[in-house]
Amino acid sequence: MPEQRYDVLVIGGGNAGLCAALTARHAGASVLVLDSAPRHFRGGNSRHTRNFRCAHPAPTDVLTESYPEDEFLADLNRVTEHEADQALARLLVSRSAGCPEWMRQFGVRFQSSLRGTLHLGRTNVFFLGGGKALMNSYYAAAERAGIGVEYEAEVVGLDVRNGQFTAATVRRNGGTETISAGALVSAAGGFESNIEWLREVWGSAADNFIIRGTPYNTGKILRLMLDAGAEPIGDPGQCHAIAVDARAPRFDGGIVTRLDSLPFGIVVNRHAERFYDEGEDAWPKRYAIWGRLIATQPDQIAYSIVDAKAHGAFMPSVFPPKSAGSIRELAGLLELPAERLEATVAAFNLAVRPGTFNHAVLDDCRTDGLTPPKSHWAQPIDTPPFWGYPLRPGITFTYLGLRVDASARVVMADGTAAANVYAAGEIMAGNILRKGYIAGIGMTIGTVFGRIAGEAAARHGR
Amino acid sequence: MVDKLPSRLIAEGERVMIVCNACRYCEQYCPVFPAIEQRVVFGKADLLYLSNLCHNCGERLYACQYAPPHEFAINVPQTLAGIRLQSYEAYCWPAFMGAAFRRNGVATSLSIAAAFALLLFVTARASNPGGFSQPSPAGDFYSVVPHAAMVTLFGAVGIYVVAALAIGLRRFRREIGLRRPMFDRAALRDVMTLRHLHTSGIDCTSAEEARSPWRRWFHHCTFYGFLLCFASTTVAAVYHTVFGWIAPYAYTSLPVVLGTIGGVGLLIGPVGLLALRRRRDPALSAGWQQGFDESFIALLLVTSLTGLALLVLRNQSVMGLLLVVHLGAVLALFVTLPYGRFVHGIYRTAALVKYAAEVSGS
Repeated sequence: MPEQRYDVLVIGGGNAGLCAALTARHAGASVLVLDSAPRHFRGGNSRHTRNFRCAHPAPTDVLTESYPEDEFLADLNRVTEHEADQALARLLVSRSAGCPEWMRQFGVRFQSSLRGTLHLGRTNVFFLGGGKALMNSYYAAAERAGIGVEYEAEVVGLDVRNGQFTAATVRRNGGTETISAGALVSAAGGFESNIEWLREVWGSAADNFIIRGTPYNTGKILRLMLDAGAEPIGDPGQCHAIAVDARAPRFDGGIVTRLDSLPFGIVVNRHAERFYDEGEDAWPKRYAIWGRLIATQPDQIAYSIVDAKAHGAFMPSVFPPKSAGSIRELAGLLELPAERLEATVAAFNLAVRPGTFNHAVLDDCRTDGLTPPKSHWAQPIDTPPFWGYPLRPGITFTYLGLRVDASARVVMADGTAAANVYAAGEIMAGNILRKGYIAGIGMTIGTVFGRIAGEAAARHGR
Repeated sequence: MVDKLPSRLIAEGERVMIVCNACRYCEQYCPVFPAIEQRVVFGKADLLYLSNLCHNCGERLYACQYAPPHEFAINVPQTLAGIRLQSYEAYCWPAFMGAAFRRNGVATSLSIAAAFALLLFVTARASNPGGFSQPSPAGDFYSVVPHAAMVTLFGAVGIYVVAALAIGLRRFRREIGLRRPMFDRAALRDVMTLRHLHTSGIDCTSAEEARSPWRRWFHHCTFYGFLLCFASTTVAAVYHTVFGWIAPYAYTSLPVVLGTIGGVGLLIGPVGLLALRRRRDPALSAGWQQGFDESFIALLLVTSLTGLALLVLRNQSVMGLLLVVHLGAVLALFVTLPYGRFVHGIYRTAALVKYAAEVSGS
């Protein structure tokens, strides 16, 4: 069994892992990155990301106006309902500002803030070409810097005693190796693609979940660290889940499987009954509740139904809608009870009050006397062709993670900090996010804490 | 006109564009994405337009989270390259020559050049047996191939080529629904600068994370080299017919200077492009693209090489032989223009004109 030694071992080759590796290497450490995915699927969930939330005092070439740190913190606290570790949240926000410049030295490119279809140019920088392009830049920089990268390398054991890491057992090329290092950075993501683990929380409902990201986030490192006495943080039952097209692949469908049709019509369950206010609030603020809502419906399935008035109003879907000339016919295509669906649509249409439809604002189109109500954008579903999309819960990530301190050091169950074990990215995002989400915060957490972990690990590991 | 765009290609193009339109992560690389985002359905006309708007860099493959081996298997550069290749074949004139695109390889084009050279050699020697044996007085090309013969031959070929290209363009314009005139300031700038090969502020890639400006610069050398050589010939024709100044012209004369600079450009450009092709990721090309690309590059190279050699050796006895080889290469180049890589410039320009119209909202 060959043995290798590095100053810093990074487990997980996503954004956080590469930021840690590049920082540690820059500080003079010898670094090895292990990724359990094959090269083509390297980068973990960062492959599917697109942007980075970033405080900044003045406009730049990639960010408009200004996004003061206080505002960023307030936005974060609003979505997490003040459950974030305030010291870490403040650290995150203040360190976010310098990240784009740091990233650029590795060839990372951003979209110009003046173009593009999204309106987040003030708070978020967008990676040119998205997260996979970002990761390609980082991997190329890692190669130039002499960082070792091993793909399809699965860590099956961690030698951590009393918070002191000595070596990892790695399965690779059909053999098992021991890799020892002066410090460990755990950046291996959450456990959202581990269906067994999800089943522990969700029961058999988990079998109907679609995992939006990489199939390689099995939570193995999270489990090994928890078994080694690390302090967990975040609710294992919490996950970020949205409504995705039920025809999406089980894993790795990424961004294109989401559906934005929901606020334009009604959403029914398999009994053809509505179960939640589709017009409760602006869609960007509500899209992330629908995964959980659908997860609690029978068979974890729901159907978004719109009429011709909504065609072209939302982002084009990757799977074509089921299209029919009547509600009855649509029910047949969606395998829903036809009379029930007709009754649901008729009751909805009757309850719609006259108003002026405007999707850009919380308009006055609402229902009256209907349970659940539709508070905005309620228009009768009466113009064929009618479209229907089947929906499933699509899990983006899980919140359970490892507690860390301000130097990204893993905190053990007894409250002491681990001597040489650090965590960055999704595996410790629970320190900041125990619920809720704001666009781009995952990449900010990965980059900021990846850099912090890399620097501290290099100092310790050398 | 036979529909030469297989429905399989169109269906695959539509599938890929639907995924792209739902993702849009690539939207700032070049004009193809803004053009995609203006559409909801992707029919044949849309795909023809988009595929000819694409400059075939690799960004969209390497940045794609759905690239093979992902089960969606999205390869935008290759999908568009496949449709683009078929479009050259589908709109050419005469239609039966469409098959020539596929057979167009380095061997074919060099054989055509050799055949023309041989024909010229045999004809010239029959009419003037001495033309190939003695050093010609002061590089007089017309002592080998008479001026009238050259004008007749190249004039006829030129008229045919212009007609064939114009008819192809007309068919293509009709198909993509372009009614604007071909002259458009924005599109012209895009063509002259190859702006979209570095739209994102840095050059496009032809291998993962290996961005370099060379593809653009070698293309510039080739493109402007070609134009300068064309200008040289045009000036010479004016000298001859208007002023009665008969070639050979001095090394410092306008036609020779233009031809020399252009010839050097046509040497550097094609050599560079051929070298880059060796390092290019095959995943970015489709079907019979390679032979088709290299055939045109090879003819340009033979033309510039023999042209420059002719200039240097025009007072030597080898001049006669060089001249027929050069003229053979030029003839082969011209005859194959409507059935080879050259047409990409025409269709790309048409696509850029359409894009300019879409951007300006008209």
